[in-house]
Amino acid sequence: MSRTRSLHLAVALDGPARYDADHYTDLVTLAERGTLDFVTLGDSFARPGLDALAVLARVAPATRRIGLVPTVTTTHTEPFHVSTAVATLDWVSRGRAGWGVGVSPTQAEARLFGRRPAAPTDELWREAGEVADAVARLWDSWEDGAEIHDKETGRYVDRSKLHHVDFEGTRFSVRGPSTVPRPPQGRPVTAIDITGAGDEGRRTAARHADVVLIRASSPEQAAALRTALHQDAETHGRDPSSLRVLLSLAVDLGESEPRPEPGLGGYSCGPRLTTPGSHYSGGPVELAELIARWYAADAVDGFHLAPIAPHRDLERIVNGTVALLQHRSVFRTFHPGGTLREHLGLARPANRYALSKGSS
Amino acid sequence: MTDEGRPTLHLAAHFPGVSSTTAQNSSTSGSHIDFGTFEHLARTAERGLFDFFFLAEGLRLREHKGLIHDLDVTGRPESITLLNALAAVTDRLGLAATVNVSFNEPYELARRLSSLDHLSGGRAGWNVVTAADAFTGENFRHGSCPDRVDRYTRAAEFVATARELWDSWTPDGRARPVARAGRHFAVEGEFTVPRSPQGHPVVIQTGDSDEGREFAAAFADVAFTRHGDPKAGRAFYRDVKARLAAYGREPDDLKIMPGVTFVLGDSDEEAQERATAVRREQVSPQRAILVLEQVWGRDLSSYDPDGPLPEIDPDPEAVLAQAGAGAGDPCRTATRWRELSRRKGLSIRQTVIEATSGQSFVGTAGRVAAEMAGYVGSGTADGFLLVPHRTPGGLDEFVDEVVPLLQERGVFRTRYSGTTLRSHLGLTEPVWKG
Ligand SMILES: Cc1cc2nc3c(=O)[nH]c(=O)nc-3n(C[C@H](O)[C@H](O)[C@H](O)COP(=O)(O)O)c2cc1C
Repeated sequence: MSRTRSLHLAVALDGPARYDADHYTDLVTLAERGTLDFVTLGDSFARPGLDALAVLARVAPATRRIGLVPTVTTTHTEPFHVSTAVATLDWVSRGRAGWGVGVSPTQAEARLFGRRPAAPTDELWREAGEVADAVARLWDSWEDGAEIHDKETGRYVDRSKLHHVDFEGTRFSVRGPSTVPRPPQGRPVTAIDITGAGDEGRRTAARHADVVLIRASSPEQAAALRTALHQDAETHGRDPSSLRVLLSLAVDLGESEPRPEPGLGGYSCGPRLTTPGSHYSGGPVELAELIARWYAADAVDGFHLAPIAPHRDLERIVNGTVALLQHRSVFRTFHPGGTLREHLGLARPANRYALSKGSS
Repeated sequence: MTDEGRPTLHLAAHFPGVSSTTAQNSSTSGSHIDFGTFEHLARTAERGLFDFFFLAEGLRLREHKGLIHDLDVTGRPESITLLNALAAVTDRLGLAATVNVSFNEPYELARRLSSLDHLSGGRAGWNVVTAADAFTGENFRHGSCPDRVDRYTRAAEFVATARELWDSWTPDGRARPVARAGRHFAVEGEFTVPRSPQGHPVVIQTGDSDEGREFAAAFADVAFTRHGDPKAGRAFYRDVKARLAAYGREPDDLKIMPGVTFVLGDSDEEAQERATAVRREQVSPQRAILVLEQVWGRDLSSYDPDGPLPEIDPDPEAVLAQAGAGAGDPCRTATRWRELSRRKGLSIRQTVIEATSGQSFVGTAGRVAAEMAGYVGSGTADGFLLVPHRTPGGLDEFVDEVVPLLQERGVFRTRYSGTTLRSHLGLTEPVWKG
């Protein structure tokens, strides 16, 4: 698939817990003004704050273009509920939903449910992969055009276009079909942050993710990770060009003077590897330069910026960094499409059940 | 109570996209999934100063004779997510979701409901339902199927656990750990959400069995019932209100709201004609056979919907397997329907229309307003949950024509006096149990 490469930019809304809708609406509206591809909101059952998917559903009608990607964890939540909630986010946002796949590795989270003890990361990511698989099948379980409203026969749906998914996982099974019709994007965008997710997390990402978030301290390191992900994807029968690899970067734009960083190719500022990921501290103009440079080096498809102070930094990202990238024609000035898949240059997936019917 | 101290009618709107209420193939039917449909209905309900907007839930597509049921409206958004979005396009309207306790965990659901309450500024409601059939269970990790009584002990423990979590933050914003090990759930740790604007989201209940009524008396703020006609309504009302005292509650602490339908017309005759037309839309020839098959437990696809009822008797075993418990005696139903058909000379389709007709308020706006007002203060109902026939325009007429007449009669509010669902319902905020 040949496509004109384009830069993708996303921001994280995470920060100290807030419980009012206006806080998030303001931030997402601002990000939308910056024509960013999407916003993310992390989640965990043990982190203070509201349910991330609820927050982004609340924000959806107040915005029109920007993608909305909440984390939804897979360890304690029913796969069926994950599929219907994310599909519904896609319906209420008219095709702008994504899903950040997460796991719950801690004993503290396990105790909130009292059903199973905490499990090793590898096991959790293997299960997350099964959940992602089952969820994608549930999204496909209604073919497009299954609703027919046929006056003549009184039929509301064409049941030959509805499918039991009959998914048998290691720890769960789902019969299906979904109770929600196929979402506008066919399949909402699946994003996986592989930092700390181990080999199994990386495999799950290569198999199931549309967007992979990585951390790296140099363009070379990022490019190597991206190549490895592409290869993994290919071994799973996927077209590697259907994967978007974004560098996650914590940004602190609170300093007026860029802080010199040694050892990063002679530039006066740049990401410095910290745990758990890369960290940028400096000005918005230098951030734009860094983004342009890494992007030009074909190290990544874009950036996922996590502001340290959401309001202040997002403002500077949009009015400083993004404005500059747009001025230099590195980043678009408007959202040409309506759905998150369109922003990302990803095709609307064909329905696997319709395909298998066609070929049999 | 209104400001003048007169009794007040509570009104809520049911999204019509379920059951045989919806005239789904009419030319005025819109999408049952597009957000615009829900937005239209919710905005109309808010324009009509309704207490809340209500969504039903089904966690598995229904099947008939082993195939997915294709005559019914099928497929809908997931409720809590949809209601969060509706919170952005409404200001005061309560937002209530039906959510099953058998296929959810208290910590997670309490968090989702509390999030809705925060994000809507105190407008969340939760209809606690308990169905736990193995058929639905096949969509979930532990497709268990607790027995009838156990369903409600699980529900009671579920609600009590949720309330403990909702109460776990102190009013000055500190989280205190919860440690609860019950028969069904073990929850230990800190809740991640502070006490929400309503303290606890409003709890609604729909079960009708003795256990269900007891559960309503013990835990619910609203009981949504099927008893739309005055006689059955009064009996239910008396029975459930009398159960409240045992739990230290006042009769006013639980609002009883039957689900009702309406058909309006410029004259009563015209309304009757429209009601007949709606019934014919709801019960297509194919649906008439399907309803018959559900009673008979047999394949009756060779019968003519415009012909007489089958001579062959129902197969009770098959009916039971298909509908589970509580379907009633199919042979008695068949006998009753045959009698009705003979007496009035009705075809299959006409018999089904006649026997399953549940239209509650049919007439001019003036008649409907007068009849509704008559319920209030007479110990029959505290209000109604309106189930329109059409999507998304099914409430428009009611709000434009009936609501002003109810206001003239002084039985319905002329503005929202509060901002939370609890305040609309005249319910006090639950006391924080520190
Ligand atoms: C008016 C009404 C509406 C109901 N709506 C739902 C619903 O949306 N989803 C659901 O799973 N069950 C629904 N139910 C089923 C009840 O929650 C309950 O499971 C059922 O009535 C059996 O309980 P019972 O034995 O106490 O009557 C509804 C019941 C009534 C009476």
